[in-house]
Amino acid sequence: MSLYTPSSPHFHVNNSVTEIMLKVTYALIPGILLYVMFFGFGILFNIILAIITALGCEALMLKIRKRPILQFITDGSALVTAVLLAISIPAIAPWWIIFLGTAFAIIIAKHLYGGLGYNPFNPAMVGYAMLLISFPLQMTTWQLPITLSDNYLGPVDSFLLMFSNTNSASLALDAISGATPLDYLKTQLGLDKQIPYIMQSSETFGLLSGSGFEWISLGFLAGGIWLIKQKIIPWQIPATVLGSLALIAFIFYIIDSNTYASPVFHVFSGAAILGAFFIATDPVSAATTPRGRLYYAAGIGILVYVIRTWGGYPEAIAFAVLIMNMCAPTIDYYTKPKTYGHGK
Amino acid sequence: MINKLFGFTGGVTVEHHKAQSTKTPVRRAKIPDTLILPLSQHIGAPAEPVVEMGQCVLKGQKIAKASGYVSAPIHAPTSGTIEAIEKRPIPHPSKMSDTCIVIKPDGKDQWIELENHAEDYQTLDPSKLRNLIRSAGIVGLGGAGFPTFIKHNPGPKGLVDTLIINGAECEPYITCDDMLMRERAQEIICGILVTKHALQAKQCIIAIEDNKPEAIDAIKVAAQKFSDRNIEVMAIPTLYPAGSEKQLIQTVTGKQVPQNNLPIHIGVVCQNVGTTAAVYRAIHHGEPLISRYLTVSGDVVEPCNLEVLFGTPFNEIIDECGGSKDNIRRIIVGGPMMGFAMHELDLPIIKTSNCLLIDAGQSKDLEPRNYSLPCIRCGNCVDVCPISLLPQQLYWYAKSQELAKVQDYNIFDCIECGCCDYVCPSQIPLVQYYRFAKAEIWKQERETQKSDTARNRHEFRTFRLEREKAEKAERHRQKKAALKAGGLAKGGAEKLEANPQKTAILAAMERVKAKKLSQGIAAKNTDNLTEAQKKLVDEADERRRLQRSPQPENEAEIVTKTNKEKSEK
Repeated sequence: MSLYTPSSPHFHVNNSVTEIMLKVTYALIPGILLYVMFFGFGILFNIILAIITALGCEALMLKIRKRPILQFITDGSALVTAVLLAISIPAIAPWWIIFLGTAFAIIIAKHLYGGLGYNPFNPAMVGYAMLLISFPLQMTTWQLPITLSDNYLGPVDSFLLMFSNTNSASLALDAISGATPLDYLKTQLGLDKQIPYIMQSSETFGLLSGSGFEWISLGFLAGGIWLIKQKIIPWQIPATVLGSLALIAFIFYIIDSNTYASPVFHVFSGAAILGAFFIATDPVSAATTPRGRLYYAAGIGILVYVIRTWGGYPEAIAFAVLIMNMCAPTIDYYTKPKTYGHGK
Repeated sequence: MINKLFGFTGGVTVEHHKAQSTKTPVRRAKIPDTLILPLSQHIGAPAEPVVEMGQCVLKGQKIAKASGYVSAPIHAPTSGTIEAIEKRPIPHPSKMSDTCIVIKPDGKDQWIELENHAEDYQTLDPSKLRNLIRSAGIVGLGGAGFPTFIKHNPGPKGLVDTLIINGAECEPYITCDDMLMRERAQEIICGILVTKHALQAKQCIIAIEDNKPEAIDAIKVAAQKFSDRNIEVMAIPTLYPAGSEKQLIQTVTGKQVPQNNLPIHIGVVCQNVGTTAAVYRAIHHGEPLISRYLTVSGDVVEPCNLEVLFGTPFNEIIDECGGSKDNIRRIIVGGPMMGFAMHELDLPIIKTSNCLLIDAGQSKDLEPRNYSLPCIRCGNCVDVCPISLLPQQLYWYAKSQELAKVQDYNIFDCIECGCCDYVCPSQIPLVQYYRFAKAEIWKQERETQKSDTARNRHEFRTFRLEREKAEKAERHRQKKAALKAGGLAKGGAEKLEANPQKTAILAAMERVKAKKLSQGIAAKNTDNLTEAQKKLVDEADERRRLQRSPQPENEAEIVTKTNKEKSEK
């Protein structure tokens, strides 16, 4: 007689990669709903197209790489990549932008590096960076929030805009698009205007940051806090990303509040919250030691501020994350925790 | 006295599953038909049998003696006959067989005469106490099985500050220590007094996880009587692996045991409650270690705790608990976190077995994992590691067999508690990878040692051959040099020496001359001869002369002569 004799432990917590990935996706829902409320249905088509592309590319690559397709396609990682990339792209972007970005993220950034667990860079951010550099016009044409525009794009209009670049009301793109608050601020500062004046003279800005945009940030914040409560992401990373961003913004704000925006504006603008809770926390490409996570997150926060303030791009989450992804292995190496009994 | 708790890093909260086996009081398992006693039930050298086949033994009689310092004797768990001393499968994860003493119980369960020290142990020298504990065969009953008397040796400095009694029992399902504390609190406290005396320890802390309120109460009540003896009961937070020695010491004292050192290095000795109760029985009653409390849980009809004689086969115990709920798929000795899955059902219970966990596919928590995904570096394992290792890095390097790197990341500090494995969302069998890496490193080290020896030997041989060759050449050279030098000095003499044959002939001729001379003198005894004597001498000379003269005896000569004559004719 010979019984089944696996190695210990014989007892496991009931969790899985799929569960983690699904929870991350659920946590994005409040932000996405607010997005739809303020910016129309375009974002939903972005997401659907991205998911289809991502799963298709994933299946194709798994087949080429001779990996078990069902086992990996259900892990949910491609789903998260697709959704994160889709909500980073303007909702009025043409369909091929989404398709190209997602395919690039899954095929080049993920599978060519070995697939799940082996990609050194966050695939969604690689896809985003590629799109931003290659197609700057399409990637910076953001629609106006409902607070600033009378034209709310319903499902049909969004669909038409995405696939045929037209819409039922025959509106020109110019009529429904505008600069993002960060972009607007940067342009105005470039014209030697002062921040209190810029903020007052434009309807672009709301209470915390950009009108409409601030609500989406709050939605992602709620989802992020839920993820921390669910122990899916460590609280240290988002707290440090936002903390360091706020700190450096605060220092410069104190020095010159006419030239440098407030920490609150920085934290609630653009993709700071989304990046802190959903992108910087991507386990595969982040640092994993307890201390390393802090350095990694602080690096992102500071780089976001530096690029936003002095760099050529109004938003910087993707670049900051990719730069820190490069540093993650080195950070891990130099921040090994002190092993039990190895002295003080 | 310590009042503050320090805690340890990492750890996981696990489902306890302890209630199911604590419903009924502990009962004695019946004596089975055969008892199989492996000689190796402890850490150290296996015991040596001191009985023969067919011999009758009494309960408590020593049947195998300790062989060496780190070893422990084994005693007969009941009276009976030695049926065999042979190789049998033993409860070891490697599925190996080893020498076992097999006893056929006679059913009388008759004790050998016992000598106790209940009254006088406090007047005994600590070393004498240690010897008594040693001869009772007591080893750590928490699971490791390290001979207890060695732990009781405070060393030459004798600086034991704190004796920690481990009643944490942090593994899920296991409740044997819990039940022991509930039912035999008094014995444990008395055992602590003996141990404290043996160690000359200043204070004692009994640490119990706070999910065992009944045990804490029972021990507190029992300890009250000895309130002047510096014994403190401490409820520690329920967090696996709180009962691991290193983690318990850190929780209680705030100190870490330095790497490659024993707790005694920081003045601490840690002992399991079961071991403490065994010490009590050995000193107060003279009883050697022959049985233990065992939890039987999982998919059995009646999960419970039993007092089991060592050597009792698993299947007898499962039957005692009403059998398994379904076909047994897996049987784990120890808890689900660190226990070992065994391959057979007729293996015996030994000193270190604290739990039999039966998996017949009914407990959802024990469900084996199907497949694992790649590591996503989530770091959950880092957060739970009680040793502060980086399990994901260890896994990475173990998988790629970068053994030097694995050691850089301190793999040998890993206690294989299984926390990382437990929380891994990719369901990677991490501990298995670490065991593999450790085994590979040991193997490599053995091979390195072997090849080092071989290389040294080879190098020495080469050196020796070279040396001999050089010495030979040197001798040759010296001799040659000496000959050359001698030849130049002697000159003419060399010619004679060069022809030893000639010299020898000359010498021989000299000798003959001398001999002839001396014979000539000696022959003078013929001078004064009588006429008759002269006549005789002449006759003899004549005969000799005739004999000496050449005679044609040879046929060839005759033929030749005849032919000559013919040709002349």
